[in-house]
Amino acid sequence: MKVLVTVKRVLDYNVKVRVKADRSDVDLANVKMALNPFCEIAVEEAIRLKEAGVATEVVVVSIGPKAVQEQIRTALALGADRGIQIETDTMPESLSVAKLLAKVVEEEQPGLVILGKQAIDSDNNQTGQMLAALTGLAQGTFASEVKVEGDEVLVTREVDGGLQTVGLKLPAIVTTDLRLNEPRYASLPNIMKAKKKPLDVKTPADLGVELRAHTELLSVEPPAERKGGIKVGSVAELVEKLKNEAKVI
Amino acid sequence: MSEAERESMEFDVVIVGAGPAGLSAAIRLMQQAQAAEQELTVCVVEKGSEVGAHILSGAVIEPRALNELFPDWRDLGAPLKTAVTEDQIYLLKDADSARRIPNALAPKTMHNDGNYVASLGNLCRWLGERAEELGVEIFPGFAAAEVLYHDDGPLKGSVKGIATGDMGVTASGEQGPNYMPGMELHAKYTLFTEGCRGHLGKQLIEKFALDQDADPQHYGIGIKELWDIDPSKHQPGLVLHGAGWPLEGDTNGGFFLYHAEDNQVVVGLIIDLNYSNPWLSPFDEFQRMKHHPLFRQYLEGGKRVSYGARAITKGGFNSLPKMTMPGALLLGCDAGTLNFSKIKGTHTAMKSGMLGAEAVFEALAAGDEGSKDLTAFTDKFKSSWLYDDLFRSRNFGPAMHKFGTLLGGAFNFVDQNIFGGKIPFTLHDTRRDYAELKPASECKQIEYPKPDGKLSFDKLSSVFLSNTNHEEDQPCHLKLKDASIPLSINLPKWAEPAQRYCPAGVYEVVEDAQGKRFQINAQNCVHCKTCDIKDPSQNITWVTPEGGGGPTYPNM
Repeated sequence: MKVLVTVKRVLDYNVKVRVKADRSDVDLANVKMALNPFCEIAVEEAIRLKEAGVATEVVVVSIGPKAVQEQIRTALALGADRGIQIETDTMPESLSVAKLLAKVVEEEQPGLVILGKQAIDSDNNQTGQMLAALTGLAQGTFASEVKVEGDEVLVTREVDGGLQTVGLKLPAIVTTDLRLNEPRYASLPNIMKAKKKPLDVKTPADLGVELRAHTELLSVEPPAERKGGIKVGSVAELVEKLKNEAKVI
Repeated sequence: MSEAERESMEFDVVIVGAGPAGLSAAIRLMQQAQAAEQELTVCVVEKGSEVGAHILSGAVIEPRALNELFPDWRDLGAPLKTAVTEDQIYLLKDADSARRIPNALAPKTMHNDGNYVASLGNLCRWLGERAEELGVEIFPGFAAAEVLYHDDGPLKGSVKGIATGDMGVTASGEQGPNYMPGMELHAKYTLFTEGCRGHLGKQLIEKFALDQDADPQHYGIGIKELWDIDPSKHQPGLVLHGAGWPLEGDTNGGFFLYHAEDNQVVVGLIIDLNYSNPWLSPFDEFQRMKHHPLFRQYLEGGKRVSYGARAITKGGFNSLPKMTMPGALLLGCDAGTLNFSKIKGTHTAMKSGMLGAEAVFEALAAGDEGSKDLTAFTDKFKSSWLYDDLFRSRNFGPAMHKFGTLLGGAFNFVDQNIFGGKIPFTLHDTRRDYAELKPASECKQIEYPKPDGKLSFDKLSSVFLSNTNHEEDQPCHLKLKDASIPLSINLPKWAEPAQRYCPAGVYEVVEDAQGKRFQINAQNCVHCKTCDIKDPSQNITWVTPEGGGGPTYPNM
């Protein structure tokens, strides 16, 4: 079975996000970029399926400018077999991403598609669901456990009330939650080998998809600065301040 | 981790640290190999999560070495975009007033015509890309944790390479679920370019007694911030330097404020680590300095974007150790090639890397199997402009230490402007920085003003801006030789100065119901190495944490 994994290049989670002075967008100049943590979990899960003998090939796909090849190489270093870059200098929105991925699914015919449940930059949590709708495949989102049994995949989902297990007919789409696995580190020899693994570059036009913007980014505002707190000496003082200064009780 | 379990890889040259020295060496090696149509394998390991993540410098960069490495660097898009337009030098008299020193009276080495205000981190990112294009293997996120030596045969005792640190080790020292053992990287020659106080460089200096003919090394701590300022106050290329307030007594140091591109300025303070008052806090000196009208005029109304700190190797010529040993070279600030009279180390670090690369390549091209003591490097070094650059500034630091800022400055004016740095005698500074601390009881306690949250800030909100992170569940990377010393000796005698000299709030003496405790918040560490240098008991050893940990400096 072939597993298709999607990866996104995002701002590193250790980096403090800054808004550009003109409020037009987030400032990405010379800041560290990394593999979206949820995508990293997706890659790890696919590799584990391969190690368990369930998957035969792991294909990684990413959308973006040439720089995203860095994240594809990271996934290849972790153990994926080959990569596909869909080259575009724009940052397509979820629906366009899903349309592009649907075409890749059509071409590659994977038995399982694993995506991160969301990317930590735009936090949309949409692409996996949209891809399921466009392809007509079954979806198991927010996975904390994935088990392939015969022509079915059992996905344990993290839902508000606890855990829900769904059985999906393959081929299917799974989106990963944090607790699914703990990704491994890439080793030096594997990083070197990854540089030689095949990586195809396609354009949206090659896939017959026209990227359209349905939303417009008007401005980006940083969160309001928090004001420092004060220490109160007694409960009575606290009540007094809540009543008369904060006027909340 | 026993060595038997570790895998190994072979390279012609392994370079430790992707800074200006290491990357210049890697690039120069490949350029020569391509010119000679020879196969050469070069690998660079870097403890930061990406090239540039741990790089911090002023910086006003002299492009001399870059001109030699890439004569067409402008066309290639090197990030040196803001030429210095004006030098201003000030002596701060007190919290409110400053005297401008006419440029004609300043040592010549302080003039910056032809230099550039730039981010050294971004220059390193650019150099890293050039190196990869040339075929260098760069591995960010891999820390060189130990030096490997040949342990038998004719090469016994020579440097064999390095081993990267194990990943996924828990705080208690056990193998975690994603444990990955370190790798041995073997090389014919290993170049150590870790920057100031490299933890492997320190071991090599001791093992091969590289510093036996040199004065003790001297250090400073540099603290820097990057600010977005009001565009109407921004003058790209304006460079301010100076000394004086708030430092007093026998505390030497100097400040900088550079107008870079995109309405940003960098501001910083360097304090020599031979200060004697254990109550001194470099961080708080810097914070209060920014309230002086000289800085306030630019910073007020602006927004702080980033913060960082790094120790500086500033002993210069007199403190420079031998840079060669069997199988390895010690280059850049790891050895101490910074020119203190110019307060610049980038061009010298790059040049030392390039000279190292030339010596190594010539040896390998002539069929050398490696592991030799490349004395050819020393000859190249001695006949280079780098040697001349360092020789001329050899008295600068010692003069400041011996005579203080004013008289030392006057001496340096005479030495640099009249004798061109070749005054016919040499001043030496033979006391180690850590040994200069006086007992706390003999020194004036310093009351620092509270930060206002606009111009000055506390340590924790500052460290937050350095994007510092370490995997939480790992062994502490700040090792105490004797865990009792902080409380039994350092606290009573020097009021445990680690609490103050650390610019990241790593060290705390906390008191609770059980009594006093010395707490190490290793997660905050910005890898500046000041503790390894300044601890008066020399009890703290900085070792590499798990690769990828530490600050993630943008544009620093």
